[in-house]
Amino acid sequence: MKVEKTLSLLVAAALLFGAPSFAAAGTAVPEQIYDPGPLKPVDSRLKVAVGDPAPDFTLPSISGPRVTLSDYRQKKNVVISFVPAAWTPVCSDQWPGYNITQDLFQARDALLLGISVDNIPTLHAWVQEMGRLWFPVLSDFWPHGAAADRFGVLRSDGTAERAIVIVDKQGVIRYIQVSDINVRPKLEEIIRALDRIAADSP
Amino acid sequence: MNRHALIFFLALLLAPLGLQGAQSPPMVGEPFPDIRLAIPENPDHRAYLGLSGEGPVPLRAIDAEVLLIEIFNMYCPHCQREAPAVNRFFQRIQQDPALNRRVKLIGIGVGNSPFEVDHFRKVYQVPFPLFPDPDYQIHKALGEVRTPYFIGVRIRKNGAARVFYSQLGGSQSAQKLLDQMLQNAGLDAKGAAK
Repeated sequence: MKVEKTLSLLVAAALLFGAPSFAAAGTAVPEQIYDPGPLKPVDSRLKVAVGDPAPDFTLPSISGPRVTLSDYRQKKNVVISFVPAAWTPVCSDQWPGYNITQDLFQARDALLLGISVDNIPTLHAWVQEMGRLWFPVLSDFWPHGAAADRFGVLRSDGTAERAIVIVDKQGVIRYIQVSDINVRPKLEEIIRALDRIAADSP
Repeated sequence: MNRHALIFFLALLLAPLGLQGAQSPPMVGEPFPDIRLAIPENPDHRAYLGLSGEGPVPLRAIDAEVLLIEIFNMYCPHCQREAPAVNRFFQRIQQDPALNRRVKLIGIGVGNSPFEVDHFRKVYQVPFPLFPDPDYQIHKALGEVRTPYFIGVRIRKNGAARVFYSQLGGSQSAQKLLDQMLQNAGLDAKGAAK
């Protein structure tokens, strides 16, 4: 009985001293997050389809250089992750999650581009707060949402859908997933899509 | 109405009760919610938890006096940062003969698919069993706690499972914490009273 009591104390103490050294949550920056509540799952109509050439874009990145999609032709498969807005709940734990998936993308000769319609200062602050991200974060702020709109993933309120578009090395769209904006897309669906591209490659 | 139809009807009627979400995190002193876990495929994990046969099983089926549960999420950067410390914490328990048969540790990946949980396990080489909760059913039963979240559950021989610890996590040095814990508990590294 005494041992049980000690054991209980031991475990409780371990957990007690493991108590927060910072406010933790599923999202990277819970206190700063603006939660708009449940939103209309999808609020746009796609303008592209699998098999279409991907609309090209050149967007500024938070790290400085402008990024052009077509520059990756013949070099890399590109996974484009559109997210609705900085400082919102699901987005703030989607991209940090990709921080531990770099090897999965690299093994499939793919890179990731994160795109939001927020401006560069906002994206800079948001990413700083989330921690470092290994992939380029691009601003589709001006002309507002123009890149998202060319894919047909710009919502009526000016935010983007939560969407994944995969473009192969020929610049052809091979996968489109417009998720329910309130739900994070499953990682395995992206990886399976990349595997299918690899299987189809000569 | 025949007997089978009646049972089916009652089951339909009562089913939502089992899925009801909690309004708050598990409270110390309260019974732990009746969640069910799939039996791990990994034979080492089955042996560790003392589980066999087919799942899902209630928590009380786990062979432990004290069960520590980490509620995590593959996408949560705090959970990522903390993973090595939690691993070390597990190793310390395993290396202590006074604790390793009585205290068990599991993780539940809320909102994570089996693929995502497995990826988290591979990246951080997590040695203890991790369970996916892809549709947030367990998460809802636990009051939709933020992550990482730690829950300590005492499992009695009669199967009663009661919460003795419930806390939002965030520590980055389990080693240091364990040493501090041992000191505070008046125990040395082998779990023996000083």
